[in-house]
Amino acid sequence: MPRLQYGSASYDLLSGESVLDALLRQGVDLSYSCRKGSCLTCMLRCAKGHIPPQAQDGLRDSLRAQGYFLPCLASPEGDIDLLSGEDADLFGRARLVEIERLAPAIVRIRLEAATPLYYHPGQFINLRRGDGLMRSYSLASVPRREDHLEIHVKRLKGGAMSTWLNDEARVGDAIDIQGANGSGFYLPGHPDRPILLIGNGSGLAPLYGIARDALGDGHRGEIRLYHGSRTADGLYLRDELRALAVSHENFFYTPCVSGPEPNPGDRTGRADTAAFDDLPQLSGWRVFLCGSPPMVHAAKRTAYLAGAKLADIHADAFELRELRKTPRA
Amino acid sequence: MSETLYQRLGGEAAVNAAVDIFYRKVLADRQIRDFFDDVDMDAQRAKQKSFLTMVFGGPKTYTGKDMREAHKKLVANGLNESHFNAVAGHLQATLDELKVPKALSAEVMAIAASTHDDVLNR
Repeated sequence: MPRLQYGSASYDLLSGESVLDALLRQGVDLSYSCRKGSCLTCMLRCAKGHIPPQAQDGLRDSLRAQGYFLPCLASPEGDIDLLSGEDADLFGRARLVEIERLAPAIVRIRLEAATPLYYHPGQFINLRRGDGLMRSYSLASVPRREDHLEIHVKRLKGGAMSTWLNDEARVGDAIDIQGANGSGFYLPGHPDRPILLIGNGSGLAPLYGIARDALGDGHRGEIRLYHGSRTADGLYLRDELRALAVSHENFFYTPCVSGPEPNPGDRTGRADTAAFDDLPQLSGWRVFLCGSPPMVHAAKRTAYLAGAKLADIHADAFELRELRKTPRA
Repeated sequence: MSETLYQRLGGEAAVNAAVDIFYRKVLADRQIRDFFDDVDMDAQRAKQKSFLTMVFGGPKTYTGKDMREAHKKLVANGLNESHFNAVAGHLQATLDELKVPKALSAEVMAIAASTHDDVLNR
C-alpha cells in the first residue's frame, strides 16, 4: 500500500483512493472544495515520488515544474512525499480599484494585481479576503484592452464574500488572488467557427470577456450571446453589448427575461431556451455556458444533442458550495 | 496471423467515431435517458467509450463482475429487458450509420448480447 508523507506524519493510501480523500479520511485539515480538479483549492506539492500526469492538467508550467498537483485527481501507485503549497507561489496581492453597481444585485469590481497576471478572459481567479474567506470569480476583462482585472459579483443570500463585495468593500481594500485557472476561453486558430455563449445572472462575466477577446482577435465566424435574467433590471451591460453588436456584424446579442415585464425588444423566457430555439443544429460550434447549475447542466446536454462535440462545450456552473475557510498553513 | 475484431473495425478511431453517435442516441431516447442522466457528461461519455471498446472486441475489457456491479443500482431503479433492448437497438443503429459491414456488426451485437445476464443482474 502506498504511503503519503506529509508534515511529520505518514498516511496510507487505499487502492483507487485520491490523495485528498486519503488525507481527509485520516483527519488532515486541508482546504478543498470541488473535488474534481476545477477549483484548485486543494493544490499540494510533491517533493518526492511520481504523480500521475492528469493530476497536473491545467496547471501553469511554473507550478508544474515546482511539483504542484491536484490531490483530488491523484491516485499514485507509489509512495509520495508531500509539501503544502507556498503561499507566495499561489497567491498574489491585489487591490480593489473600482466598484461599480451594474444591476440591483450585481457589482463590477476592478482589481489591480501587484504582479501582472497572465490570463485569458473567461478563466477564473480565486479571491481570498484577509480572514481567509475564499471564492472563485470569472474574469470579464481582456488583457490587451484593460489594465485591471474585472469580475462581476452577484449578491447571494447568505453569501459572505458576495455580500461583502456588494455592500461593504471599499476602493483601496487589499485582497489576495490566485489564478488564473480554467480552460473555458477563446482559442485563436479557428476564426470562422461559430461560437455560442449562453449565460444567466453574473454568468455573463466570462462570456463578455470571451466575446470581446474573440472579436478583438479578428474572429470572423458568428458569435451569438444569449444573456438571461429573471428580471429586466438584471440584464446589465445591455448598452455595451448592443454597441458591440452594432460595430461587429458577426456579433449578435439576445437579452432574455424569464419573469414578468421584459423591456421592449427582450426575448421572453430563458436564455438557453431562446438559444436552442434559434439554433437547433450546433455541429461545429463552440459553446460556452455559465451561470446557475440547472441551466448549465441542462444546456450542456441540449447542446450536445444538437450536435456540438463534448470537447467543444465549456460549462461553468456556479457551485455555491462553501469553500473551506481554513487558510493554508 | 488474422486480425482481431477490434483491428478489423478500425481500433480506437472506430470507437471514437461511434461513441458520440451512440451516446447522443441514448440521451435522446426518452425511454432510457433517465438512466444516463449523469451531470458529469464527460465521465459518462468515458464509460460509453469503455463499453463500446468492449463490444468492439478491444483491449482492457470489462469482466462480467464489473458489468454486474456497474448496473446493480440501475437494476434496483427499474432497469429491465426493454431498456436493454433499446440500448442494443441504438448500438445497431450506430453501427449501421457508420456503415460497418454486416458480418462485423453481427459479431459486435453478439458480444453485446452476451452481457445480457450480467447487465440485468440475472
